[in-house]
Amino acid sequence: MASETQNTAHAVADAAHGAAQAAHKGGMPQLDFTSYPNQIFWLLVALVVIYWLLSRIALPRIEAVLADRQGTIAGDIAAAEDFKRKAEEAEAAYEKALADARAQAQKIAGETRAEIQKDLDAAIAKADAEIAARSAESEKRIAEIRDGALAAVDQVAKDTAGEIVAALGGKADASAVGAAVDARLKG
Amino acid sequence: MANLEQEMRTELVFHPMDQFIVKPLFGDGPVHWYTPTNVTLWMAVAIAAIFFMLVIGTRGRAVVPSRAQSIAELAYGFIHKMVEDVAGKDALKFFPYIFTLFLFIVFSNFLGLLPRSFTTTSHVAVTATLAMLVFVTVTVVGFVKNGAGFLSLFWVSSAPLALRPVLAIIEIISYFVRPVSHSIRLAGNMMAGHAVMKVFAAFAPLILLSGVGIAVTPLSIIAIAAMYGLEVLVAFIQAYVFTILTCVYLRDALHPAH
Repeated sequence: MASETQNTAHAVADAAHGAAQAAHKGGMPQLDFTSYPNQIFWLLVALVVIYWLLSRIALPRIEAVLADRQGTIAGDIAAAEDFKRKAEEAEAAYEKALADARAQAQKIAGETRAEIQKDLDAAIAKADAEIAARSAESEKRIAEIRDGALAAVDQVAKDTAGEIVAALGGKADASAVGAAVDARLKG
Repeated sequence: MANLEQEMRTELVFHPMDQFIVKPLFGDGPVHWYTPTNVTLWMAVAIAAIFFMLVIGTRGRAVVPSRAQSIAELAYGFIHKMVEDVAGKDALKFFPYIFTLFLFIVFSNFLGLLPRSFTTTSHVAVTATLAMLVFVTVTVVGFVKNGAGFLSLFWVSSAPLALRPVLAIIEIISYFVRPVSHSIRLAGNMMAGHAVMKVFAAFAPLILLSGVGIAVTPLSIIAIAAMYGLEVLVAFIQAYVFTILTCVYLRDALHPAH
């Protein structure tokens, strides 16, 4: 235990001694002016080399890449806008075509309807005319039949009157009987 | 066992500042201005890292970026936006210069966090050079752009007339102190964090020496982890601060009127 304590004391003393020695012996290498020309010379060499590397190779390259990227992005956005515009145009064209087609369809339907109406009207008119003609003919025939019938009635009446007169013992004068019947029928 | 203990004891020494010593890469000679040193090595590593991130990473030039390319673009966008927002649109011609500073600092800071690495930005020589470059550039740009009108930066026209000479002196002093604070802030932050970590690290092997180590060793290891987390934050924040201050100074140079 005692030896350990002694050891520790020794070590710490050693350390302190070392530190003091270092401080005493070297001082700060930063203040060793004999090394200054060397450091400054190599620093200037290093700076010139770095500056040359940057200004000749690295910076133009990076600038070109960044400009390229900017251009690509701008180009892509422009292209996207172009496509959007084209899509809108296509949609408008589609809408227009649809509207045209619908109008065309309506027009065709209207025309067809008008044509059918015309045919129909013509057919109706023709039918009407035929009906009118038929009915006129019918009326004429009815009139003929009626006239025929009336004439027959006249004849029958005269014949009947003559027969009746004869039956009654009279002598039938045909023209007198006819006149009498006519007078009676008119009456 | 006693042997090992002895060995460890001799190794429990504190050299928190040794990590900052500038050494020649080859041999052990003197450090001339042209000598390849660990400074050279770690700056070269930083350049290589920047090269990989910004050149190799973007070689696909993809419109839809890969991960590496996104990181490069993110860094570019981050600083580009900062320059534009803070310093104004007309400061964008300085963007490569500011981006160079930012990349150098941020990569040096993070590379310095690798164990056994050397942190170039922990040296005042480096950060002061960076700060002086900014200071000189900003001052030259200010006078070239505005002529004598640049001096209106020191003449606070919104203050009462009597106060203006006093404020002018303060403004001039603060203007010349800028490179000092600009450089010491970065170097100080990097150096302090790394030195503190090294101090904690020196306490870690105490368990091999004595019973106190049972408490001290876990504590120091936890402290190292915590410091490391903090240093990751500091590495980025200091690079950010250095860059945004450069932008602020540049704005003053381009638009000196208060």
